[in-house]
Order: sequence, then C-alpha cells, then structure tokens
Amino acid sequence: MSSTLLNAKDISRAINRISHEILERNNGAEGIALVGIRTRGVALSHRLKEKIESIENLTIDHGILDITLYRDDLAEGIQKPELRKTEISFALENKHIILCDDVLFTGRTIRAAIDALMDFGRPSSVQLAVLIDRGHRELPIRPDYVGKNFPTAKSKRVQVLLDEEDGEDKVIIQEQSK
Amino acid sequence: MLLSTKNILSTKELTKQDIQQILDTADSFKEISTRAIKKVPTLRGKTIINLFFEPSTRTRTSFEIAGKRMSADVINISGSTSSSVKGENLIDTARNLEAMNPDILVVRHHCSGAPALLSQFIDSPIINAGDGSHEHPSQALLDLLTIRSHKGDLAGLKVVIVGDISHSRVARSNIRAMQTMGMKVRVVGPPPLIPPDFESLGVEVSHNLREAVRDVDVVMVLRIQMERQNQGLLSSLREYSNYFCLTSESLAKARDDVLIIHPGPVNRGVEISLDVMESPRSLILNQVTSGVSIRMALFYLLLGENNANPN
Amino acid sequence: MQTLIKNGWVIDPANMIDGSFDILISDGKIEAVVPHGKISASKIKGAEVINAKGCVVAPGFCDMHVHFREPGHEYKETIETGSASAAAGGFSSVAVMPNTSPVNDNRSVTELILSQAKKTGLVNIYPIGAITKGLKGETLSDMGELKESGCIGYSDDGKPVMDSELMRRALEYSRMFDLPCIQHSEILDLTRGGCMNEGVVSTELGLKGMPVEAEDIMVFRDICLLRKTGGRLHVAHISSGGAVDLVRQAKAKGLPVTCEVAPHHFTLTEEACRNYDTNAKMSPPLRTNEDIDMIKEGIRDGTIDIIATDHAPHDLADKQVEFDNACFGIVGLETALPLTLKLVDEKVITLQKAVDLLTHQPCRIFNLDKGTLGIGKDADVVIFNPNTKFTIEPEKFKSRSKNSPYKGWQVRGKVLHTLVAGRSVYSDQNE
Repeated sequence: MSSTLLNAKDISRAINRISHEILERNNGAEGIALVGIRTRGVALSHRLKEKIESIENLTIDHGILDITLYRDDLAEGIQKPELRKTEISFALENKHIILCDDVLFTGRTIRAAIDALMDFGRPSSVQLAVLIDRGHRELPIRPDYVGKNFPTAKSKRVQVLLDEEDGEDKVIIQEQSK
Repeated sequence: MLLSTKNILSTKELTKQDIQQILDTADSFKEISTRAIKKVPTLRGKTIINLFFEPSTRTRTSFEIAGKRMSADVINISGSTSSSVKGENLIDTARNLEAMNPDILVVRHHCSGAPALLSQFIDSPIINAGDGSHEHPSQALLDLLTIRSHKGDLAGLKVVIVGDISHSRVARSNIRAMQTMGMKVRVVGPPPLIPPDFESLGVEVSHNLREAVRDVDVVMVLRIQMERQNQGLLSSLREYSNYFCLTSESLAKARDDVLIIHPGPVNRGVEISLDVMESPRSLILNQVTSGVSIRMALFYLLLGENNANPN
Repeated sequence: MQTLIKNGWVIDPANMIDGSFDILISDGKIEAVVPHGKISASKIKGAEVINAKGCVVAPGFCDMHVHFREPGHEYKETIETGSASAAAGGFSSVAVMPNTSPVNDNRSVTELILSQAKKTGLVNIYPIGAITKGLKGETLSDMGELKESGCIGYSDDGKPVMDSELMRRALEYSRMFDLPCIQHSEILDLTRGGCMNEGVVSTELGLKGMPVEAEDIMVFRDICLLRKTGGRLHVAHISSGGAVDLVRQAKAKGLPVTCEVAPHHFTLTEEACRNYDTNAKMSPPLRTNEDIDMIKEGIRDGTIDIIATDHAPHDLADKQVEFDNACFGIVGLETALPLTLKLVDEKVITLQKAVDLLTHQPCRIFNLDKGTLGIGKDADVVIFNPNTKFTIEPEKFKSRSKNSPYKGWQVRGKVLHTLVAGRSVYSDQNE
C-alpha cells in the first residue's frame, strides 16, 4: 500500500523555491557550495546547483559525501552498507556549505554528514536542504530549506524516487514492510 | 556477508567477488589518506592486535596506520616482546590475547600455516600478514590495486614474477589472486629457486629474464634473501644479478608501458637496478600507498561481517 | 585353567589353517585346534567358553615397529599404556624401537624395558637395540650384549645411519648374531628442514619438502652394501614406490632384504597435510597415489613382507603447534586392523594374506616363536569381526596419546578379544 506525496511537478517546484531561498539567505551565490549526501542527496544537489547556476549565471563548487564511515549504527550491524567514494575537491574554508539530502528523519545521517564535513575543513557555515522533512528527530537538528513538511507515523516509510537513480520523479509513502 | 570468508588467511580462499569488493572498497579509502585530517571514526572503540613473530617494519606499520586512520586502537606485539621466547605455545599466546577481546588479530609468523592454526582456536577474525613461504594476502591485494589503478581492468593482463619463487609467500598469494582475476602469470628465476612441477599451479616457468619480460604488462620483482647464498641455493648474489637483476638492459625487449612493482624492501643493484627502480614505470611507492588503503578495506569488511551477527 | 574358543573361523597362516575350528587353550598353551564341535565334552568341562561365531580367530598380531617412549618420554606413552593400546588393536607382541631417553644401546636399558614389560604383563615386548651408540651415528653399539640381554634386531629408527662405512660395518657385524639391521631410509642432506613430501602440496602450502629420492637413494645404498657384506637388511616403513622397486630387484637377486609398510602409507597421501593437519605429519612422509599403487603392488607380489604400524604416540603439545614444529608420527596400533582390511576390500590381498602379514611373516623375519596357533605354542590369540563397522574415535584410544589422522573414518574390522598366553588382555566393551 503506497500513496504519492509529491509528483514530478511538485518536486520541480520545490527545487525552484529552495534555489531562490538559498540565494536570498546567502545574498547571492558567492561563496556557497553544494554537497550532496549519497545516494539521493547527490541528485538533489545537482539539480539545485544547475538551477542556481542558471539563475546567477556562474559556477559553484559541488561535492559528494559518503557518510558510511561516520554512521553510528555500523557497529550494531543494522546495515552493511557498501562504501563509495567521497568527492570533495575544493577547500571548505570560508564557504557556506549547503548539505543536501532527500529525507530528514531522525537526524542521524545529518549528524554523520556534519562530522564528515568537519574532517575536510572549517566551513563558514553549514546549512541543510531536504526535499521531505517527516519529523521524529532524535538529535537537535533542523533543516534550513524544506521541500515539504510531512509529519508521518514512525512506522511509515517515505521513499523519494528521482529520475537519476530510479527513472522517475516522485515521493511515495508506504507501510513499513516487516 | 561482505566477504565469503571470516578470516583473510590466503588469497586462495577469496572469490573474484571478494577481491573485487576489497579493491573497490580500498579505492574509496584512498581519498581518506589524502585529507588534512586523515581519520574517520568508523572503527572507534575497536581493538586491532598486530601479533608479529617475525620482524617487519613496513607491513606492521601499514596495518597500524590503516587501523588508526579508521580510529581503531592498534596494539603491536612483536615476537621478542611476546611470551613466545619464554616457550609459551602459539595457541596459548593467542588465547590469552583473545581473552582481552580484540576485534581483529593481524598475524605474521615464520611458519607456514601458523595463522591457519590460530584460526582453529580463536573466534576473532585473523588476517595473515605473511606466514613462512605460504601466503601474504594483503600484499597481493595491494599489488592488484596498484596494477588496477594503472591498467583499469585486471582481466587478461600478463605478469611475470622474478626471483626466489620457492620461498616467496608474495609470489604464491599473487599467483592465486591474479589467476582468480583472469590474469596470466609467468615466473622466472634460477631452477633451484623454483619448486619442481611449479607448472601444476597453472603458471609458465622460465629461466630467461630478457625473454620472459617481452610481452608482459607487469614485472614483479621479488626481494632476494641474502641467506639463500649460504643454503647453497645460489652460487653468489653477483652471479644471480648477472642473470636476474632487472635493469634497463634486461628490459630491452619489454613493452614501453610495462609496470614495475616490488614488495620491498629492495636490495638495490641485486634484484633491481637503481635506474629501473626510479623510472616512471616503477610503482614501488604507489604500492606502499595502496597498502594502507587495502588494509583499511580489510578491517572495514571483516568487522562489517563480524557485525552482521549481533548477540 | 582352560579356555575354549568355539564357532570361529580360524586363520593360522603359519600352519596353513583356514576354516571352521574350535580352539582349546590349556595353561596358556594351545592344546587343540579341531574342526568345530569335535572336542569331547568331557575334555572341556569347566573351561571358559568364548563364542566366536561370525568372527575370525587368528594368532595375536605382531607389530615389529612401535615406539613406547619409555624410558624418557612417559608423557607420550609408557610400556603400560602402549601395551594396552597394542592389546586393543589385537596385537599380542610388539617390538619397541630404541629411541628412548636414555637410548636403548646397552644391557641396562634393555633390561629396564623387559622388567617394565613383565610388570605390566599385558603383551609380549621385544626390544630393538640401537645400531650406533646414542643413535649418534658415530660408533657401533655392543650388538652382542644387546642380543644376549633380549634385543631382537638393531635400528637407529627415527634417524638413518648416514655414514656408509658405519652401515657397512653394522651389516657385517650383525651377521655374527643373525639379527636384522632395520634402516630408517632417509638421506638427511635432502630432507633438511623438511616436514612433508616434496611435491605439489608442499609447494602450495609453502612447506619444505622431503623428496622421495631421499628414501630411494638410501635404500639403494644399503642394498649395495648388503651385496658386499651379507647380513640382513630390513627396510623400515617403506613409503616410496621407487624403493619398493629397488627391494623387489634386490630380492630377485636373492639378497637377504626384507621390508615393512605402515598402514598410513597405503591409506593416505600428501593431500592429508592440507590445512596443515599435523596428524598427517609423518616420517617418512605421506607420499602420492602413485606411490600407494606401487606399495599395493609390492604387498600383493610379496615384495613387502610385513605390515608394521610405526606406532608413534605424541602428546597434544607436540602436535597442536605450527606444522614445522610438530613431531612426526601417529598412534598406529589401534587402527592397524581396519586399515589393513581395506586392502582386502580392495582385493589387493586375501584376508588370509592380511593375517599372514600381521602374524607369521613378522615372526619369521625376527625369529620369534610367535604368530602361530601351533599345538603347544603360547596361546596368543586375537578374535575379530572383519565385518563390524565402526567410526574411529581417537579420544577413546587406550594409548596415552590421541594423534591420529583417521578421526571420523568409517571402517570395518573390530577386535573383540586379545589373549596373551591364554589370558584375556583386551575385550571389547560392547561384547
């Protein structure tokens, strides 16, 4: 059983809005860089980058973060995630980093991502952009830019499908399969 | 399961998928060693014991750095400081260490099969860091990683291994791993240093270095142990060098893009000449760098597997 | 005191008996061997009766090559535990090798062994004296004194006599006493540091090999010497197919050479060393299938005279170590019968011949008045069921040591009773 939360148009509109919010908050694109969290945060960060670059007509830095090595559930054997590369080829110093992820839930992924980022340098600030905020935070973390707030039951599963990874754009919610 | 095996005792028991996964994972780890802060918290709270019954600087250091870059606590115990000199049995030593709950034991021993023996008595994963003339799997894996990063694909590559094949655990580990990855292996050296019927391992045997390097993608030079001279296996190092030292002359017929690797430490001018060692074709230092990534990958994959069974 | 063994199938190669007979034992001697049911009831009144229905009744087995470790290494085995192990394996007589500590190279050690054997009183124990003093390979031992005090042969077993001149003199001098020199055939120069057969497996495992040529060359040398010296050469634990050929040729020329094979050398190959199983570490080493085929041919055509176990018990501390550092050898006495019967299953030899190799032949070579059910002889008897299947469980061995590569093997042929001079020294618990 699943139902659609956002369709392709909704997602596109959210990206547009967030791009403008980022520019507004940071007084333009000067000094900002986008970092996507693997896997779907990467596609989102690419879309935001494209959008912002087309609005401002300049190139901004972009990076990819694999937070596997920073997870706090690794030792519990909950998952055995495949490790992939982290690619951050620019200096973080004096940069405003926009971390991008698809769904904000407990906040633990973002905690790991911030830890990972800090190992690469000392950015001026770190901001967080997510497509869906579904609540149930376990850490004091809040997003700066949200596509859609969608309070959910903890047992539900929110899944973001993106063209780059899944061949279509949509956000669905389903019962957690046991 | 991340890997098909709980221990890394030999490359013989690693599948193609295992090797691929180890190399891919190691590739991802390479970047960590280039950071300003060369450390990730992944193995925080884990304990790795380096149990070395044979002197080693680079292998032990490589394992130690790998563990530390992943935030594990690494303890080094060498043969001379361990109880082995007091006549304590290998198994007792290991059991005592295990009672302290390490998460991984890295073992080097002068006897072939010692890590395999330990694995029968110990629950912690064991990585063989070189046992006698048997195997040295992490060395073979780092060699493959080095070759792969320069050649792209391993399948179909031709390699020649030069030197003391009889006593080389590096050669054995590499031959097995390379064959698993679809590479072709030739060995070259004087007959007393190549076991009889070595062809049964599926390798080509040659005694002519100049010809043997002709069509290969990689030349792996092995360290020649000085004591082979006293054992009557070599007449003299000088004579050995005349026939088997890798020089630009002996490489005359080799391809221009041939890669040169050596597990180190190098006896300059005995098995390899200085100019070849320092030529752009030589990847000897890249191997050292690859070594850290490979060992990080092994720790990560073994502990990941261990974690797959909580309770 | 009488015992009647009835309803059994008697195989007594020494007397060419092979059939359904009852055996009457009186005062420790064989009194009668008569067709089943023919002994008059009055004659056996009050006799203890052993029903051997479905079983083979044979002379107690004789193993001319065991190591009982006493004196010196009692933590591995003693004359008492070794004797119990022998009895459990169906052996009533064993010859013990001199590589004890001190070495059995003089009267006092021989007498100690014999007195311990007497005290134990289980099986007949025959000491073998050293060829050279202290097994050092330097000077001959006092072969005359050794014979007079009870030794039945000479050997430096565990080590070969490397010095050719010394071996020549040993063969010459031993002629005076008509006892065989038993050679552990191994050219040490070729096996230095070796711990298994040299071949594909040793290459893969990275273990130093012991080439088969080390055995062949020594056997060849000794045969050459024998041609000159006369005397009697007995080749211990032959493991090489090439060496079997050499012995065959020597026998064809009428030279006084005999040889023995241990069951592990016709049931296991170097493959058993994989996984660094130290229970497969033997000297001479386990060889190849080709060697096994040639050994079986040698057993079949009589080139190989006897089966001897080379019973070599070792404590766990000597086996549960690195392969390089482990001791050579295995517990042999308690698995010898079922392993020998494999030769019968494979139609290499008949059951009668198998019994012959374990009884009459060894006694012939070593001049022992044993291995026979002849009337008036000591009643050393084994009763075994050749068809009983069981699983080898080293932990249940009577030997003090449990080192065996046969753990878990499903085999056939179980010893039910062993009698020495009419007295039961072993009977199967399940009987």
